[in-house]
Amino acid sequence: MAADTTAPGLPLAESDPDRPPASLQIRAWLARRTESVAIPLGAVAAGFLIFSLFLVALGKSPLAFLDLVWRGGFGSPFALQNSLQRAAPLLFAALCVALPARLGLVVIGGEGAIVLGGVAAAAAAQPLQGLSPLLAVPLMALAAVAAGAAWIGAVGALRAYRGVNETIASLLMSYIALALSNHLIEGWLRDPASLNKPSTAPIGEAFMVGALPGLDVHWGLGIGVLACLAAYALTERTTIGFAARIAGGNLRAAQIQGLPVGRLVVSFTALGGACAALAGFFEVAAVHGNANASLNAGFGYTGILVAFLARHNPLAILPVAFLLGGIEASSGLIQRRMQLPDATVLVLEGLLFLVVLVSETLYGRFKPFSPHLWAEKRRAVS
Amino acid sequence: MSDDLGLTTVLLAVIGGAIRVSTPFLFVSLGETITERSGRINLGLEGTLVFGAMSAYATAVMTGSPWAGVAVAGLAGGAFGGLHGFICRFPRVNDVAIGIALMLFGSGLAFFLGKPFIQPSAPPLPAIPFGFWSDLPQVQAALRVNVLFLAGAALALFLWWAFRNTKAGLIVRVVGDSAEAARAMGYDVDRVRLLATATGGVLAGIGGAYLSLYYPGSWNEGISSGQGLMAVALVIFARWNPLACFGAALLFGGAGALGPALQSVGISQGYYLFYAAPYVLTLALLIATSSPDRALTGAPGELSLK
Repeated sequence: MAADTTAPGLPLAESDPDRPPASLQIRAWLARRTESVAIPLGAVAAGFLIFSLFLVALGKSPLAFLDLVWRGGFGSPFALQNSLQRAAPLLFAALCVALPARLGLVVIGGEGAIVLGGVAAAAAAQPLQGLSPLLAVPLMALAAVAAGAAWIGAVGALRAYRGVNETIASLLMSYIALALSNHLIEGWLRDPASLNKPSTAPIGEAFMVGALPGLDVHWGLGIGVLACLAAYALTERTTIGFAARIAGGNLRAAQIQGLPVGRLVVSFTALGGACAALAGFFEVAAVHGNANASLNAGFGYTGILVAFLARHNPLAILPVAFLLGGIEASSGLIQRRMQLPDATVLVLEGLLFLVVLVSETLYGRFKPFSPHLWAEKRRAVS
Repeated sequence: MSDDLGLTTVLLAVIGGAIRVSTPFLFVSLGETITERSGRINLGLEGTLVFGAMSAYATAVMTGSPWAGVAVAGLAGGAFGGLHGFICRFPRVNDVAIGIALMLFGSGLAFFLGKPFIQPSAPPLPAIPFGFWSDLPQVQAALRVNVLFLAGAALALFLWWAFRNTKAGLIVRVVGDSAEAARAMGYDVDRVRLLATATGGVLAGIGGAYLSLYYPGSWNEGISSGQGLMAVALVIFARWNPLACFGAALLFGGAGALGPALQSVGISQGYYLFYAAPYVLTLALLIATSSPDRALTGAPGELSLK
């Protein structure tokens, strides 16, 4: 275990009297792990605290708010299923941020890929009518994935081969995707029967994706969890993920090492776009039954928050998406009971986002969490 | 014949639109130029723009004075900019990410506080009718120029001069090009950046006031829809030059006016696609002006924007 940390070939490796004992190494590992959980949790608590002050300033009770979040998002089987249902698109949307983040890219255009994916799925359903759902539904998902991968992958290609800033480009592409989708929904793809709310033709009952066995939550949740696990395996357990992390840490070094940085950037952004598009696919195939303006519900933006809260770790996305899904699920209850506007949740989310980013500065500053501060062993654990 | 008239109408509407629509672009891009020249990027100006629009509208409704609205929007923008500048001084805090968070927080807070002000109407900012010499109502409409547009144009000229010729301008540029050099000269890098970001926020807030108090002249949640972000992209295209910002803002304003102009002559086919014109234009300009292997010419050395 101890030998792992010393580079091979260093003359000191075997006889170094400062070499830390295994127990200390385990303690150091535990300390770092604890830190990476404790600081985000502390930040979320601090965010709620600041939000409570905001509520008090408005003459509302923070305790009543927390109670309603609990009851609306987590307190009953119904509330839990509601939260899980809302967490499903957030899982995909967060992956659209977290995967490119491995390469040091900040992609914030997931909303556009979600909407475009939904429209692509609804459009693909029309020529497939009459086919077996076992064949047609995967083809619809494939259409969505292709649209999303092309859209965000294009952002990656622009970044890799033209040096275009990906943050700005992805948000511009998102607005263009929204305009394009509106154009399609109100034009070529519009169902003449949809009068007040322009929509595409229904995909049909046969092509609807059902609920997970034993739950009232659609399959998007199951696939979303699998996608997060797969993303974790990809980024943490494969050479491709390792290469991506090298490129994200130091682009020059990666290029000198001969890593295909351009292809990595395009692949990871395209993969992120494909994930976001799956959120749109499930919104169409499991919730709405057609593509309409409800696709543009802000999942992409909440997904950014989820990814940053999870520090771009695909496994951490799971609990964070559940938490945010629960908060959003309780929004209606909060509006009705406390006479607060629907933007209340946006204010809370914005605050949480800010506090979590500020908390980045705290890493390595608390002695119990920070092996490099354990003075007497300073040299031992590097 | 009617085609000719239609074309003239569209052209006039685009020119008039360029003047009308460009003002928020101009203010936000000038503000972002100051911020980026000091070495930080603030993507949160989109949120500042929305919050400025809301606070200006609410103030104008409550006091009856649009200029009070502009003042409050500027103050609120300064507070948001100051928050960005303050947070980014901490080590390991990423200015791009903080910008995104402030974008979401600013819009969220504006939607929250602005709910009661969607219905009432506020007194608009005054405009000067430069088209008085013409009999054509289209020309008169196109040349009604708002005072803030003129102020923005003057500000662009002033900033262009000030970056070259004043001590403050030089300090901002030194801090933006090399923090090390600035420290060696005894300047407090974080404080200069805090002030530059706060100033940028003030200008973005005023840009928001123009949105809600003149054109389109109402407060709703879709009032900005990315204009603040486009203005940030515009700064790259303008190469951090305030005068070029002015030209670019006019170009963007014209592109933004294309959709409504075509609709006014009855072309509603593909309305949403024309609506996307400013975004497509921004992206095209970004692609055209970026380069894979060399730093952007004129870019401040400390800017994390790559």
